[in-house]
Amino acid sequence: MPSARVVKNRTEFEGKIYEELALVQGADIPAWSADAELRHVGRSRLRVDGPQRVSGRARYTTDLMLPGMLHARVVRSPHPHARVIRVDAKRALALAGVRSVVDRTSAPELFDEEVHYVGAPVAVVVGETEEIAADAAHLVEIEYESLPFVVDLEEAIADRTRVQRKESYSRGDARRGFREADIVVDARYTTSTQLHNCLEPHGAVAQWDGERLTLWESTQAMFDVRKGVAKAIRARLDDVRVICDYMGGGFGSKLGHGHYSEIAAVLAKRLGRPIRCVMDRREENLVTGNRSATVQRVRVGATKDGKLTALEHVAWSGTGTEDGWVASTTGPSNGLYEVANVRSEQFLVLTNTGPFSAFRAPGYVEGTFALESAMDELADKLALDPLALRRKNYAKLDPQSGKHYSLKRLDQCYSRGAELAGWSRRKAGGTAGRHAYLRRGMGVSTQVWGGGGGPPAYATIHLNADGTAIVRAGLQDIGSGTKTAIAQIAAEELSLPLERVRLSIGETDAPYGPASGGSMTTASLGPAVRLAAVDVRRQLLEVAAGLMEVRASEIHLTDGHAVAGRGGKKLALDEVFSKLQNYTVIGRGSRHPNPEDVRLRSFGAHFAEVEVDIRTGAVRVLKIVAVHQIGRIVNPLNAKSQVEGGVTQALGYAVSEGRVLDRLSGHVMNANLEDYKIPTVKDVPDIVVEFVPDLDRRANNLGGIGLGEPPIIPTAAAIANAVANACGARVRTLPITPARVLEALRR
Amino acid sequence: MTDRTLVALDVNGQRYEVAAPPHHTLLEVLREECGLTGTKHGCELGECGACTVLIDGAPVYSCLTLALESQGHEITTVEGLATGNELHPLQTAFAEEGAAQCGYCTPGILLAAKALLDRNPRPDRAQMAEAISGNLCRCTGYTAIYEAIDRAAAAARSK
Repeated sequence: MPSARVVKNRTEFEGKIYEELALVQGADIPAWSADAELRHVGRSRLRVDGPQRVSGRARYTTDLMLPGMLHARVVRSPHPHARVIRVDAKRALALAGVRSVVDRTSAPELFDEEVHYVGAPVAVVVGETEEIAADAAHLVEIEYESLPFVVDLEEAIADRTRVQRKESYSRGDARRGFREADIVVDARYTTSTQLHNCLEPHGAVAQWDGERLTLWESTQAMFDVRKGVAKAIRARLDDVRVICDYMGGGFGSKLGHGHYSEIAAVLAKRLGRPIRCVMDRREENLVTGNRSATVQRVRVGATKDGKLTALEHVAWSGTGTEDGWVASTTGPSNGLYEVANVRSEQFLVLTNTGPFSAFRAPGYVEGTFALESAMDELADKLALDPLALRRKNYAKLDPQSGKHYSLKRLDQCYSRGAELAGWSRRKAGGTAGRHAYLRRGMGVSTQVWGGGGGPPAYATIHLNADGTAIVRAGLQDIGSGTKTAIAQIAAEELSLPLERVRLSIGETDAPYGPASGGSMTTASLGPAVRLAAVDVRRQLLEVAAGLMEVRASEIHLTDGHAVAGRGGKKLALDEVFSKLQNYTVIGRGSRHPNPEDVRLRSFGAHFAEVEVDIRTGAVRVLKIVAVHQIGRIVNPLNAKSQVEGGVTQALGYAVSEGRVLDRLSGHVMNANLEDYKIPTVKDVPDIVVEFVPDLDRRANNLGGIGLGEPPIIPTAAAIANAVANACGARVRTLPITPARVLEALRR
Repeated sequence: MTDRTLVALDVNGQRYEVAAPPHHTLLEVLREECGLTGTKHGCELGECGACTVLIDGAPVYSCLTLALESQGHEITTVEGLATGNELHPLQTAFAEEGAAQCGYCTPGILLAAKALLDRNPRPDRAQMAEAISGNLCRCTGYTAIYEAIDRAAAAARSK
């Protein structure tokens, strides 16, 4: 058995670096070399669960119907700030089929006395059907004492009690840097609150069997749900089993347990019947998280020839009522360019709106829009090609740590992207469209992100008596295809066809696995799975060597056979143990720490081509070219899909999405998919995807890092820059609506 | 509790006789009474298209259609696309093109695409876009979906 030890590790998660101790076993192995002949890894493979997803057989949390199941409906505050004086459930309880109504008095663990946003939970009604619970929810009479509130971000920034400084960073002397500058761009950018709108609503179903709670939840982080729910019902970790087979999107909003998980767990235990608590579309838009709206000020100073001398970035992020953390909006400014003098500050701003949560590259999406717009404004002032300006300030070393990168091929992303986009056709001042009122333009923007992953992550592989394998890991598949990537990695090292590798994932009775977030699932778990497969192979070869009367080091596995030397003796795997009736070869693997001496980061560049109707201000995005560098791509088909999906979400963020609040009532005016505009098929442009082929062999034993978030990071700035190029309208506020384009044109 | 009424539905060539409240939608009855949960619940407001099914070959939002109104018509849900274990060419194409990331919007989009291909075996991009413009997808984007419909159409023509 491999020995266990505790190691120090540094992981970058959602734009922040965490130094933690981790338990690992055995020793790591080097990444596959560039010329390794791999049969699964690096090749497009169909989703291992593709047939389930297209046939309607995939069972999501919302599809679960258990015998005796009750439905919980949350009664929510219509006030943005109020004290709950009295809850009267008499009329609700009188409705046939209502089984329970709980509020702060009867379930203090679930509710607060004061509510701080429209949609905050005040009571829960439990009924035999969803409809009964919903009807009864309207009958709960609640008396509130209304309190003062602020929902507008700018208004909140002006109120010092609502603002907290959370992060600051500096290197060099920004003041001196600005004195040395020939040209300074000083601009203010604002971005909207983006709502996740996962197609599958947030929700949980809990069942208590008198001893143990089973909770089905649509989640990106089963183990965090287990921890949160165990605490809520005052139970031990082993008392709670969380299951997530299929989930319908998360994008950061399903990290950690929700209030719905607590409601389902607490009431299932209390009432002794399964409880289903699933949000409706309005609740999705009010209470399940969002990307912070921001106000940002960026100052960039440069010499006449375009060398940056100073960069200052101050960001205010509206976190709603979330008082704990704030996304790293200034991260891109701190780490993207080689500039000696940098100063940044990040403020958290509290408003009486639903709490924010992680949303696909939180902070970096907002911050990159501001930074890369400002870089473009600078290029414009300097009369430099925007791409040339970026190349001129290219950071060969990580500007924050001074370390080398494990891999940085941003220059190739720029060159290849420029080629694919036809950047040489770009003209200062844009080009003419088919009509005099149509202007065309091109813009570029850069992406930097972490996603290197890290420990802890563990996997076991069981090899069965017929030569099939089962990979057991604490993994939930958010929908990105991680499951398929994991199967490919195991099949590669076990020399088995993909269809002989089955996954047993999606529940917490498995070894601990990472959350599906931070672009790090495959990079965290994949290396552990590879080591588990190596462990199985080692044991197989040991036994086979004995049977074949050769040394274990002299044989290798190919196509389900143990083979001695070149063209030597062959032994089918299922013959290795043929004298045994039943057996399991158990392989174990754990994720080892990241290298200390290099920084793991992914890079990319997006190029946008747009057409602007200068009569109406309407922007049509014609084409996005996305070139990314993440090292080894485990499955090119899924990687391409990941980029197309990220770009599409970014397109919404750039031109159509934004929560609208009524300042006087505190209500969200577009809490549905009719008024909140996510892109439809008719909005998507031509999306061209490419990857830099180089491997990131220092990163981990796969040679690649994560791709989940990078594709959403640079798009909005590329589009804004293309709009400015097309018609001279510099829109510094997202989304870039026709009204904002017209306003910018008038300036 | 609400009074229930007998509803007879012809779904995927099979007759379902269930008791449901008369105001319940086709989506509710399919999922809760017929046990056909392949049809997804996304908004129940007619905005997202996840609940799309075919009625006599035409796509409808089952969340905006009463079950009672659907009696006497042929209803097709995602469960009715495959023949036994053999997937419909559209399903195969969606799996092969990676057109289903989380897969939650997929059943609805498959049915909207089937309605299109049944009346127009050679759709162009604009016609495909028109056909699925009532279906929202939040993960995959729509590029792979176009490619999958293209591939399925080509496969059907070459048969």
